[in-house]
Amino acid sequence: MKGPLLEVKDLKVHYPIEEGFLSKSGNVVKAIDGVNFSIYENETYGLVGESGCGKSTTGKAILRLIEPVVGEVIFEGKDINQISRKEMRKVYKDMQLIFQDPYASLNPRMTVGQLIEEPLIVNSNLNSGERKVRVSELLEIVGLNAYHAPRYPHEFSGGQRQRIGIARALALNPKIIIADEAVSALDVSIQSQVLNLLRKLQREFGLTYLFISHDLSVVKHISDRIGVMYLGRIVEQGTKHGLYDKPLHPYTQALFSASPTIKAESRKERIVLKGDMPSPTNPPTGCAFHPRCFAAMSKCKTVQPKLQNMGDGHYVACHLYDE
Amino acid sequence: MQNTSKVIARPVEIKSSKKPLWLEGLKKLKKQRTAMVGLAVVLFFILLGILAPVLTTQPVDGFNPEKTLIPPGSDHWFGTDDQGRDIFTRIIFGARISLWIGFFSVIGSIIAGCLLGLVAGFYGKWADTIISRFFDIMLAFPSILLAIAIVAILGPSLFNALIAIAIVNIPTYGRLIRSRVLSVKEEEYIMSARAIGMSDGRILFRHILPNSITPIIVQGTLGIATAILEAASLGFLGLGAQPGEPEWGKMLADARQFLTVAPWTLLFPGFAIMLTVIGFNMFGDGLRDALDPKMK
Amino acid sequence: MKSYFARRLLQLIPVLIGMSIVVFSIIHAIPGDPATVILGDHATPEAVVDLKAEMGLDKPIVTQYLSYVKGIVTGDLGTSLRTKKPIMDEAIPYLAATIELMLISMIIAIVVGVNAGILAAWRRASWFDYGAMLIALVGVSVPVFWLGLMEQWVFAEKLGWLPSTGRINAREPVETITGLLLLDTTIQGNWIGFWDALKHLILPGLALGTIPMAIIARITRSSMLEVLNVDYVRTARAKGLSELKILYKHSLKNAFAPVLTIIGMLVGLLLGGAVLTETIFGWPGIGRYIYDAIGSRDYPVIQSGILIVSTIFVFVNLIVDLLYARLDPRIKYR
Repeated sequence: MKGPLLEVKDLKVHYPIEEGFLSKSGNVVKAIDGVNFSIYENETYGLVGESGCGKSTTGKAILRLIEPVVGEVIFEGKDINQISRKEMRKVYKDMQLIFQDPYASLNPRMTVGQLIEEPLIVNSNLNSGERKVRVSELLEIVGLNAYHAPRYPHEFSGGQRQRIGIARALALNPKIIIADEAVSALDVSIQSQVLNLLRKLQREFGLTYLFISHDLSVVKHISDRIGVMYLGRIVEQGTKHGLYDKPLHPYTQALFSASPTIKAESRKERIVLKGDMPSPTNPPTGCAFHPRCFAAMSKCKTVQPKLQNMGDGHYVACHLYDE
Repeated sequence: MQNTSKVIARPVEIKSSKKPLWLEGLKKLKKQRTAMVGLAVVLFFILLGILAPVLTTQPVDGFNPEKTLIPPGSDHWFGTDDQGRDIFTRIIFGARISLWIGFFSVIGSIIAGCLLGLVAGFYGKWADTIISRFFDIMLAFPSILLAIAIVAILGPSLFNALIAIAIVNIPTYGRLIRSRVLSVKEEEYIMSARAIGMSDGRILFRHILPNSITPIIVQGTLGIATAILEAASLGFLGLGAQPGEPEWGKMLADARQFLTVAPWTLLFPGFAIMLTVIGFNMFGDGLRDALDPKMK
Repeated sequence: MKSYFARRLLQLIPVLIGMSIVVFSIIHAIPGDPATVILGDHATPEAVVDLKAEMGLDKPIVTQYLSYVKGIVTGDLGTSLRTKKPIMDEAIPYLAATIELMLISMIIAIVVGVNAGILAAWRRASWFDYGAMLIALVGVSVPVFWLGLMEQWVFAEKLGWLPSTGRINAREPVETITGLLLLDTTIQGNWIGFWDALKHLILPGLALGTIPMAIIARITRSSMLEVLNVDYVRTARAKGLSELKILYKHSLKNAFAPVLTIIGMLVGLLLGGAVLTETIFGWPGIGRYIYDAIGSRDYPVIQSGILIVSTIFVFVNLIVDLLYARLDPRIKYR
């Protein structure tokens, strides 16, 4: 098997908290705190977790849209976290992002055509005529029409706008697309249309996806492998079937049991978690999940568990499975 | 991997066939009665300035001993001054000077203010600290005094007055655009622009600036009014226009001593300043209501 | 609150340093040699050398700046080239005259402006509203110096009601204590002098106060329009309080807050306008002091005059900010 297309190693995003004028408190928000995973060509890797767990930050940190980022992001064998901004701009040809909010991510003052043409202007050698052909092509690919090009985004529905966003992401023939809650803002009926479009595009163009969502059913629908995030770290990772059939981490079990559409085989009744997710400013010691965990042991308070291989590509970070 | 050639595509028109978005705003403006009155006044003075050589045959400058201090009448609509110069002639030529200073000083302030404000707002950190402190320091001076100081350095002349007024008003626009940039740069479409590999320059000028410019246009219109008043004040203090130049403020300064014997020498230039400024103020107020109802 | 106070004071330091640099640079930024510019082209080389030594222009620029700052801190603003007197001593009476004029202007502006704004909002879209807003529009658009000249023409020349120039009738001088003549005459019980000083204040005070008055009227009106729709005003109305009483009792405080926020800006307008107003009305204030200095190329006076006025402006803004922070608990102390 070939090596991974994208490999994320110990990725961290820590924001300093500014107390105000001239004084820095030294406290940091650990938005993500050591994330590791790999994505292979032509697969879809789903990243799930509650809001605030750092999954969106992970997606944006990979593309260096948030800074500063510590850690390695190895794309096609090169650590793109170390290269200059200028070189990074070329990497965007191969890595694209689809945004959650199709309303906010399109400049309201530009027409759809201009929006889709823009990546071609900044990151390709096509001339004006070629770009216009390509725009028309892209509109057809995502299920819109060429006559939509001279209109403004506010003239479209949410689903159509997300298609515009997809066309924009597709314009440069990327190898990997990071879809950040790409369907969360849409109605359920529209969601499946857009998901089907994404799958069709993957088949046609051999795309690789990093699919970020809080919605377990959506992730299950589209992903090949899945990582579960909690408070800035991946706590469990496995193939879709491995994970959904046999969730190992107590958090994953709780998450799945709370989802009305997903029935985890191992547990039928709902597990209710105590309390809220702690603040990433002041995460609990040891395993970050221990204050809410129904299976917490004394070890969990002090020792942070590492991801361990449970076989069949299933990994979990929990002391329950320590040898 | 290549997702081309699947579809046979023809080039597509990507520009909107409709009127640009700002024209929509102008449509609203048409319904603002005060704005239209203001615009009419402004256009009237612009026309007066353009047509000045056609509208009058009298000399703008020069000494005419037989015609000094003639009251308004059919020969001289607004009378003559102590040098025997026709005041109407001087006022319509003065319109050129005032409008010229008003427009260009504001354009200068906006260009400099926008550049500084964009950099401060977009890059933040030390660039923001330096630029914002610079604005604070400039705003620590009452504007006309700072203008006086600048003219005192450069030497009195019309052009230096224009420069001084432009410099003095930079922080007004700079701060305005900075605060707009701070909110616009958090918009997701800016991150989206970054995500396609766009350079900072293009992000600043193609995405942030167009989405930040509306309040600047409104403020700029009102700023022309202020600039015209400041130019007249400098002229009145002898720091702007020089003897002979038909600048309205300078005309008032020269005519001051004839307040009792020839009040018309003071009445008309003052009215000219006031009307022009009213025009820009009304237009600016209406523009604000039409384009940016949330402002102020 | 305390930390906000400290932070606000701390922010002043770079501003004051920047101001001193700007003011210091005035003399050095003049194209050509400052001593020659001051003395004119026909000055003898000896005179130029003497003046340079007198003003310390022969020393390195950093030394000059440091001794300049040292002077400011110790209250030494240099010597006027024209009168050869210390600027600090000269400036104080001028400053008192300006402050008295500004106070009167501000009082006129606030009293007339706030009331006009309230009444205009109360009788929205009435002839009074339209009239007041038209006057306010004219008020922000009229050149101060022209307004002063027209006042002199009408009220002094034509009607002869009020004196057109000066602070006081020269034949009946008033003994100065504070320099504010209205206050001094009151202390002395000199009512004739008080009346005389007041008459001299009205025209320049009105000219200088017109722009702030117009701005205050507009702002009060628009903030009143917001307040008038608020529930508690409606409740008060329902309780049967007489309308005008409601207006003043319940909404005045709310209407005044936006006025307070712009008072700093208005003081800037007054300080700038003072140069023009004092020139017109022969008012012996700091503005005229600066204007005269420009005419005689008395650069130390120009520098110090601008520095004094700007320092006042900066501190008024500081006070307004702190006052506003006290009054409005919602303000963010960032």
